[in-house]
Amino acid sequence: MSRRDAPAPRPGFVLETDRSTPPILFHHGEGFRLEKLPPGRSRVIYPAESHEGLADPDDAIRDALANPLNSEPLAALLRPDMKLTIAFDDISLPLPPMRRPDIRQRVIEAVLDTAAAAGVEDVHIIAALALHRRMTEAELRHAVGDRVYDAFAPSGCLYNHDAEDPDGMVVVGTTDHGEAVQISRRAAESDLIVYVNINLVAMDGGWKSTATGLSGYTGLRHHHNVTTMRNSRSFMDRHRSELHRSNWRQGEVLANAGIKIFQIETTVNNNLFGETGPLSMLQKREWEWSAKDRAAFIAMQTGLSVMPRRARRRAFQQWLAPYEMTSVQAGEVEAVHERTLEHVFAQHIVPVQGQTDILTMGLPYICPYNVNSVMNPILVMCLGLGYFFNLYRGKPLVREGGVVIMGHPTDWEFHPVHHPSYIDFFEQVLTESTDPLVIEERFEKQFAEDEWYRHLYRNSYAYHGVHPFYMWYWGAHALEYLGRVIVLGGDPAAVRRMGFQPASTMSDALEMASDVVGRQPTITHFHHPPMLMADVE
Amino acid sequence: MSSIAAALAGKRIAITGSTGFLGTALVERLLRCVPDCKLALLVRPGRAGAQRRAEREIWRNAAFDRLREELGAKGFADCIASRVSVLECDIAADGLAAAPETLAEIAACDILIHSAASVAFDNPLDRAVETNLAGPLRLLDTLHTHNASPHFVAISTAYVAGTRKGDAEEQLLSTTPFSVSVDWEAEIDSARRVRQRTEDESRTPERLAHFTQEASKRLGAAGTTALATQREHLRERWVEDTLIEAGRARAASLGFADAYTFTKALAEQALVDRRRTVPLSIVRPSIIESSLAEPHPGWIRGFRMAEPIIINYAQGILKDFPALPESIIDVIPVDLVVAAVCAVAAKPPPEEPEVFHAASGSVNPFRFQELHDWCHDWFMEHPVYDEHDQPISPPKWSFPSRTRVAEQLSRAKRTLHITESTLRMLPVRGAAAEAYAEVQEQRERLDRVAEYVDLYGMYVECDATYLTDRLMELWEALSEDDKAAFCFDPSAIDWRTYLTEIHLPSVMATARVKVAPASKKDLGGRLADGEAADEDSAPDSPLARWLPSARRSEHAIMERRRKQILSPDRHLAAFDLENTLLASNVVASWGWLATRRLPRSEQARIVARALTEAPRLLKLDRADRSDFLRYFYRRFKGAPTDQLGDDTWEMFSDMLLAQAFPAAIRRVRRHRDLGHRTVLITGALDFVVEPFRPLFDHIVCPSLGTASGRYTGRLTATPPIGENRAQALRDYAQAEGLDLAECIAYADSTSDLPMMEVVGFPVAVNPEPKLASLARRRGWLVEHFSKAPGGPRKLIPIAPAGAAR
Repeated sequence: MSRRDAPAPRPGFVLETDRSTPPILFHHGEGFRLEKLPPGRSRVIYPAESHEGLADPDDAIRDALANPLNSEPLAALLRPDMKLTIAFDDISLPLPPMRRPDIRQRVIEAVLDTAAAAGVEDVHIIAALALHRRMTEAELRHAVGDRVYDAFAPSGCLYNHDAEDPDGMVVVGTTDHGEAVQISRRAAESDLIVYVNINLVAMDGGWKSTATGLSGYTGLRHHHNVTTMRNSRSFMDRHRSELHRSNWRQGEVLANAGIKIFQIETTVNNNLFGETGPLSMLQKREWEWSAKDRAAFIAMQTGLSVMPRRARRRAFQQWLAPYEMTSVQAGEVEAVHERTLEHVFAQHIVPVQGQTDILTMGLPYICPYNVNSVMNPILVMCLGLGYFFNLYRGKPLVREGGVVIMGHPTDWEFHPVHHPSYIDFFEQVLTESTDPLVIEERFEKQFAEDEWYRHLYRNSYAYHGVHPFYMWYWGAHALEYLGRVIVLGGDPAAVRRMGFQPASTMSDALEMASDVVGRQPTITHFHHPPMLMADVE
Repeated sequence: MSSIAAALAGKRIAITGSTGFLGTALVERLLRCVPDCKLALLVRPGRAGAQRRAEREIWRNAAFDRLREELGAKGFADCIASRVSVLECDIAADGLAAAPETLAEIAACDILIHSAASVAFDNPLDRAVETNLAGPLRLLDTLHTHNASPHFVAISTAYVAGTRKGDAEEQLLSTTPFSVSVDWEAEIDSARRVRQRTEDESRTPERLAHFTQEASKRLGAAGTTALATQREHLRERWVEDTLIEAGRARAASLGFADAYTFTKALAEQALVDRRRTVPLSIVRPSIIESSLAEPHPGWIRGFRMAEPIIINYAQGILKDFPALPESIIDVIPVDLVVAAVCAVAAKPPPEEPEVFHAASGSVNPFRFQELHDWCHDWFMEHPVYDEHDQPISPPKWSFPSRTRVAEQLSRAKRTLHITESTLRMLPVRGAAAEAYAEVQEQRERLDRVAEYVDLYGMYVECDATYLTDRLMELWEALSEDDKAAFCFDPSAIDWRTYLTEIHLPSVMATARVKVAPASKKDLGGRLADGEAADEDSAPDSPLARWLPSARRSEHAIMERRRKQILSPDRHLAAFDLENTLLASNVVASWGWLATRRLPRSEQARIVARALTEAPRLLKLDRADRSDFLRYFYRRFKGAPTDQLGDDTWEMFSDMLLAQAFPAAIRRVRRHRDLGHRTVLITGALDFVVEPFRPLFDHIVCPSLGTASGRYTGRLTATPPIGENRAQALRDYAQAEGLDLAECIAYADSTSDLPMMEVVGFPVAVNPEPKLASLARRRGWLVEHFSKAPGGPRKLIPIAPAGAAR
């Protein structure tokens, strides 16, 4: 039976647990836990099953380029003597990285075909990584494909964005809120920017693509800060997000400055672990696991338990998701993005009735900032209290003053090349304070303007010196909102340094939570990934 | 006034050895109890001069607290000024190394109490002879030259009787049936010749080769100066050791315990032979220990014979001791000896030489079993604490033979020795290397214990009883006043009280051991690996509290050092690169660069070839690092300069940063923040270290010559290795007007010793065993920087396959 003939994918739903509910799967870094939740007062939010991908993505892309929203077709925007810049989302999308061919490769090849037909000669292709680490050659090849890489990289026309290049950045204006709008000079001076996006979650895309991806510290600090993050309820809900409002204001300045952007946004389905194959049980509901799924899971757990940590990490990092493209839309930024969000929400939204006392989550091995790298404790915090906590529309899943229990080993480990400023942030900043406002006030500038971090960001593969601060700000709303954060199975020293409480078992964690939320709290488990977004009434 | 005080009143008394244990007590007693006598103290000038030495080593001693209290500070100073003259002379030097006036002053005295001696058991033969035997003869010569005949009171030792059993009478050795007649003049000559011969022998090529080898073993490739200093040190040590052994052998051949008793016995004979008209009294104390009552109970100076044994016993190190439990340990409190000497000196000068024993064994025997039992009980109540704050339970001795104890000790020593030399050879660093330094320390401690057992064992094993008939006769003749003021009656001692209430408390008060557990604070959370060295942990950090107290105090010392180093007052911080800032080396860099543009199969071939060469390279590196670098860098011949320039940036990320120590890099940056200059001094090539430039104000590194866009494989100058590093640092400091005493140098190996020695603040980073041991001895700051936990590990230094096509 081919997928096309399969029954329609089931939507996400909320399971009320009872005595017959099997133990629930918790992602746990490079491993998994099965946890029994107290029956009668626990519920589990399951994501929707994976939607069907487009039958012919390349055809869909060509169609989107030829029939854009609120814009002339791409071909009509191109002329031989123009400066064309193609910017694309960096290694942080999608998660985990997808199997070849990457969506970016498909889209960029289609754009280049159109540009070649129009006789455009001056084309630059930029990885729009803002203050993320530079992508390695292998990562660039994976994203854009060998053909594009070999054609553009040797001549220096395919490269990583450098937000600290003193000659390469330009401030094009200021918003009516006094926010500087900074962007790559090449992009600013181009006749057309084609932005190639992958919209994994609702936060991505729109004006955030250009205003953030091609920007630098000067522009980013206006929305990557504690106040903005605390006023983004959530930053996954574009219309209730101060982060997005700020980006949209900056986008307006870009547009008014005459910078032309042809936005191409794509969405993917929920097929992270495959419909079949060794990890397929990870996107099934536990009571539907077949005997084969159970056997595979036990075999995997056994295998993982004997594997050295590094080997385990390598194995996980090598997983490429069989994502399929579910939509592609091109044209004017805002129109495109509204359409994109419809597709994202269609796959992700799960309606949930009311808040909970305790929100539990199992954090996986990957977040946007540790692809081919190490998930350090700061990233654990960001993934749990930043991303997972904020995957809501309406109200947070957990009530104010409630407790988050997030499972992750939280090893005291750092990638020395990718995260040098994180190491120092952990040693020098978190030892002084964990309060985002204090941290922002006392330390941000020093790290952001540090010459050595700047050097490593530009010449090595390091995240910018200020990046760990942004990670901490990402969780700023949760930190203020929650009564307690407990890390299930986390390294006690690392967890305590961040101001959280370590617990070795779920019952310990629930016991620890009880002095905040009482003896009979309601519990909600956020069964993610695959992706879901709670629509809380 | 007692008759003794009356007899000594108004007399001029010259005293040698007044800076010693007995001498100090004697001076104190005479000043306090004999109001009118005048003292002439013969003091060796040393470095500070005789007056300063007397001030420091005599007058400031706690022995004078009582007199100072009685007279007041001013009265005390006046008393010394009016009654004491300090004469500068050295009895171990010909002519006493004194001015003619001084000699005249010595000759002008009424009584000469000769208490100076070289009492250490392990004296080199010639030093024992010069001080103990030739010394008193020089005093006699001085008297003869001035035709003076004062009462010569010589302090000898009861152990001149030798290691025999039975009663030892108070008579001249020559008159006892046990004496072996020895030509003391020949012994003096021989001792001097042995010294000369040993000095000569130590300079023969074979010996020097041995010292060279040993020095290299200890320091590795530490540079010419450091090695030369070490070799000379080893040579001097060897000469000393040889002479000590010579003394021991000669003494043993004549039935003496050691060179000390042997030379003292000869000295008695020599004094009798040479005295002419000088009246001679000899006082032979047994083992002198802390005072019973005067000037205050328990007064002791320095570490005496028994103290190391007692402390090692309390620490549980000395598990057993070779002695006969029923044998007598002849101990005599110092104040009793002083009183006896005063009484002897106060007697009318005898026609014929007289001998007195100041000993307790015959009248009031103190048995070894009692000593042990009482010590055991006392230490059960007042235990010493170990580094984990656990009280140490004192062992119960079974009193085995000396050979068995020696065997036990040597077994333990052998084990430690093997551990030590194995550790020294292993390519370990950091904590493991620290373990080496610890093993070394333990082994040395055991060495000392073995020595004590060896030396002291002879004394306790010798089962002689020192009769005190003549002394007691003198005692009986005294008036009650005398008896009260100058008590030397050994039967007055209650041994148990003396030991447990006077001696042990006094010894333990001055011993540097823990007699109470450190106060327990709460144990903070664990700190992650590599954070032990972090500069941000304040002295009261959880880590500091977590450590057991002994390590805690060490931690506090390190904290203090770290604070000094991180003070804005410092000028410059110099860093080595390899194993100081990162865990990589020149061979790895070459391997990476050489394989960067090769396909996988070729990479494997290069790696295989490099592996076969590894042993040879390692040997070359150990022999001479400069030569090794010159040889190794030839491999870069023909490499295109621009390509290597590009590739090194990739290597920087893929290998160097991945293997870097984040805390070390943080430290460099911290120094910059503090306004210190930062300097990198390394043997790595310029293009390899170029990416690190933003961290440093100045980089000293070798570079390769170039010709038409390619490297020639030859260095343009001598690489900064060994002394060159020190020189480079010196040059930079001078050019920039910086003070080397205010500089800091971080390095990991003894080959960096020259650089570390020129600066005021050396820091050993992840030291190899040799440096770990040196750093511990010299009290240098030791830092343990480690790679980021979780970072990528590169087993073989090759570039990622097909990275650059």
